[in-house]
Amino acid sequence: MQGLFPYLLNGISVGGQYALIAIGYTLVYGILRLINFAHGDVFMVAGLVMVYSTTALPFYIALPLVLIATVILGFTIERVAYKPLRSAPRMSVMISAIGVSYLIQNLAFYITGGVPQPVTNPIPWISENITILGASTKRVTLITPILTIALVFVLVYLINHTKIGMAMRAAAKDFETAQLMGIKINAVISMTFVIGSFLAAVGAMLYFTNYPSVAITSGGMPGLKAFVAAVFGGIGSIPGAVVGAFIIGLCEEIIKGLGYTTFSDAFTFALLIVVLCVKPTGLFGEKVTDKV
Amino acid sequence: MSMTKKKTIFTAAVLLVLLAACVVVDLTLPSYHIVVTVIKKATVYSLVAVSMNLLNGFTGLFSLGQAGFMLLGAYAYGVLTIPVDKRPGVYQYFDGGAIKFSLPEIFAGFLGDNVGTVVGMLLALLVGGILAALMAYLIGLPVLRLKSDYLAIATLGFAEILRAFFQWNALGPITNGSNLLKSYPAFSHATPYVVLAGLMIAIILLLITSTYGRAFRAIRDDEVAAEAMGINLAKHKRMAFIISSFFAGIGGGMMAMYMGTIAAAPFKSTLTYEILLIVVIGGIGSITGSILASFLYIFSSEWLLRGLDAGKFLGINAPGIFKNGFRMVVLSVIIMVIVLFFRKGIMGDKELPDLLDRRPKKRKKEAAGK
Amino acid sequence: MKKLFALVLALVMALSLVACGGSSSGSGQASSGDSGNKVVKIGVFEPQTGDNGAGGKQEILGMQYANYVQPTVEIGGETYDVQLEIVDNRTTAENGPSAASELVNRGVSVVLGSYGSGVSMAGGAIFEEAGIPAIGVTCTNPQVTSDCSVYFRICFLDPFQGTVLANYAYNELGVSTAYVLGMLGSDYDQGLVYYFTEAFEDLGGTVVAESFPEGTANFVSYINNAKSAGAGVIFAPVSINYAQLIVEAADAQGFDGALLGSDTWDSNKVIESAKGKNISAFVTTFYQEGGNEAFDSGIKEWINANADAKTNNGGNDMIAAVTAMGYDAYFTALEALKAAGSTEPKAVLEALPNVSYEGVSGLIKFDDIGDAVRDSAFIKTANTETGAWDFVKVQTVG
Repeated sequence: MQGLFPYLLNGISVGGQYALIAIGYTLVYGILRLINFAHGDVFMVAGLVMVYSTTALPFYIALPLVLIATVILGFTIERVAYKPLRSAPRMSVMISAIGVSYLIQNLAFYITGGVPQPVTNPIPWISENITILGASTKRVTLITPILTIALVFVLVYLINHTKIGMAMRAAAKDFETAQLMGIKINAVISMTFVIGSFLAAVGAMLYFTNYPSVAITSGGMPGLKAFVAAVFGGIGSIPGAVVGAFIIGLCEEIIKGLGYTTFSDAFTFALLIVVLCVKPTGLFGEKVTDKV
Repeated sequence: MSMTKKKTIFTAAVLLVLLAACVVVDLTLPSYHIVVTVIKKATVYSLVAVSMNLLNGFTGLFSLGQAGFMLLGAYAYGVLTIPVDKRPGVYQYFDGGAIKFSLPEIFAGFLGDNVGTVVGMLLALLVGGILAALMAYLIGLPVLRLKSDYLAIATLGFAEILRAFFQWNALGPITNGSNLLKSYPAFSHATPYVVLAGLMIAIILLLITSTYGRAFRAIRDDEVAAEAMGINLAKHKRMAFIISSFFAGIGGGMMAMYMGTIAAAPFKSTLTYEILLIVVIGGIGSITGSILASFLYIFSSEWLLRGLDAGKFLGINAPGIFKNGFRMVVLSVIIMVIVLFFRKGIMGDKELPDLLDRRPKKRKKEAAGK
Repeated sequence: MKKLFALVLALVMALSLVACGGSSSGSGQASSGDSGNKVVKIGVFEPQTGDNGAGGKQEILGMQYANYVQPTVEIGGETYDVQLEIVDNRTTAENGPSAASELVNRGVSVVLGSYGSGVSMAGGAIFEEAGIPAIGVTCTNPQVTSDCSVYFRICFLDPFQGTVLANYAYNELGVSTAYVLGMLGSDYDQGLVYYFTEAFEDLGGTVVAESFPEGTANFVSYINNAKSAGAGVIFAPVSINYAQLIVEAADAQGFDGALLGSDTWDSNKVIESAKGKNISAFVTTFYQEGGNEAFDSGIKEWINANADAKTNNGGNDMIAAVTAMGYDAYFTALEALKAAGSTEPKAVLEALPNVSYEGVSGLIKFDDIGDAVRDSAFIKTANTETGAWDFVKVQTVG
């Protein structure tokens, strides 16, 4: 028995990865009340772009390219698939999101030939092995949570202290009134997708450095779990999503450590159902009342 | 002749022609022919799509648990129908499994081989449906209180949990764990599938045109108003959920028959998405649409568009573009176009008999004005 | 909406006409090829996509190369051109029946494949109905042949492979505790896990077995569990993609025991992941590069001259065992066609049980069930410096 430490270390790292994806869900849901089912696939595409760009280009070009490509993808999805449905029922938008997810996966399947793509050229330094307190791991495991928390601080600052941040908060509070107050709602929505995709791209770089293989379904599970994290923390709340993600990451690894590996995924969903039934607003969510 | 009568005759004629076509296919083509295979699969999808439409289209409950209920139905069917002497082989890692009987064999004992086997098979399907309905009742208690998208994600999660349970080694003596269930009896011709699914869909149709169906639609259109009219929301939602799951369970059993082997892996959320998209293509709120879309989707994805994957399509030879996966890309682009620009799908909320209706001039103008 | 409906309907009809036109020309058992010879069709039932896509492609390469070496066959005194009909079964059992139907529809005389067992069993039912014989190439689950009258296979079986590895781990590596890891829902993984566990416990060792859900990328905690259990080996009979991730995680977590893999591991993708890592890995396999000089040099030349083939092989010319098996399967099928003296599937099916063929992977002949008579497996180890599989020994179990 080598103790709990390696599991905790890994759990925090996994939590960091989920957090970076969860923020994308929570931001979009906060404003559009839409579960962006395609977000996990955006994450996967970021991984694929990383695989292809790092084999062809030096890192100082390849990595910015991943960020840019992912942001463009997120922005385009919103403009093409969600914006035309702004006045449609919520179910239509969600179906559109599922359609986009289906399309992205099929496209990725076509491009990769349906075969998982190994990361043959991992990002140097962070993919190296280190030993902390007797536990051996990759450097990226340590870096992920630190970078996540740093990015969250930047984001929270952005939202609380800049004009666009204020607009985002206003739109999340009351979509129609915000529009009436002269907020360019489309710009705000695009911004949330840009931020969400950017963080997903960062998450993808860390995730696929740690687990160097990108399959077309790679985005599915992390995406769903990140969504659960967002709900757990209280959807719409950024700190909530981050805390939720860390809790889920830790629980998952501890469950594996206890030997219940069969149910490591199922646990997350069980947690989701329990949270939804007991406290639908999550840890930090605000109570929303439905208007007639 | 009155319009209603005309419509009835028209509908009956169309259905008869389709059934006759199916019988002809069965008589002329061997059962392993690709046409028979796709008819079988499309029929199963039709039933499941209609059951999903009942929930999503007619009641307005956005549930994504269909794959989970199908899984239950499929496993119930397999576990109950595998012949006893095949069980040691199938449950090779679990000492022949815990269940030592097979419904078709029991009934074959006193009803004769042919009749008995079919009765046993149908009964196994029914058990699958009932299990799915029971599970829906249990899940529905907490989950149905949730609002649209929360409900969607909760049912999706439930289907994933169910899948893990069915693959769990401790349940191996019943579910065979991670290994396939196989060697169970199945209809090899297409007609039994069509008749069976047709009957089920007819029952759903009867339900939709009843008072309950009207209550479902009232809930979809406006929950608050429906409640004010004296409709018991909780009761009706639960009912719709249970009924939909029942038919999804039966659909799952038929899916098992079609596939020839049962594993938990195919019943992933992707399956639910696929069925949801079929419902959307057909038109949310149209039974005819769901059936039509299932056939279109399965025929094109499994058969007609295969050339898109194999390098040659409609006489165009382009191995560079028409390679593996292109077919699904084309299909998903079509789906996106429908979702974005033809939001009503093929049929909107019309049914087969409505095709006889002349479109009033006024409505045409209105549509043009939009 | 009516217009749209009519349009869609018309489109579908047009498409089905085209499709019928296409299939009717393909439904004949023998038609004339470009060279004027009659054509015999051999179906290739392999995954090109999904978890086993990479392995399936390598297996197809062997058949394509064999077809390149020997494009014609003498059947009943006539020369036939052999045409490979390749259909992708997408790794999973649910796509098996329609892919198999597609092959039957194309009028093949005999089928080769598949790489994995689950999809072979799913397709087997269709082949049985159609009476078309199938030769399993690397599907190792006993049930593929035991429950299907038309299925034969040229590789060894899971009970054999599991026993070989258990013996090797216990006797040669001197390990008494093994950690066994398979994917949830994969009958291949779980079958091998079962046989390995049985054999290893019979020898007196202890086994800790765990499963991971499909789509897992993070194997860190599994490796930690193996370390906590004090396991000297990790036996993970998983598909190539997961094998790569397990190698990666074992290296990162500093696992100092050995990794044991089944025939799936014998892939240049896995060895690429292992290159430069601080791990040791052993695999059982069907063929060892260098086993047959003429075959090795011939196929290397062919792969290097053919860009598509090279991509499908994972970007280099290293020969996977599955490629050699695909090659042997093709020639076994030709032998059966010759012996049958006809392209009728029924005749081929009757001829197959008595076929024997000296392939590059050894002598191939079938027992009563239709399984290959094989009593030895090659054991190879990963050379993490050169990035190649090094031969260790031939292991035989009596």
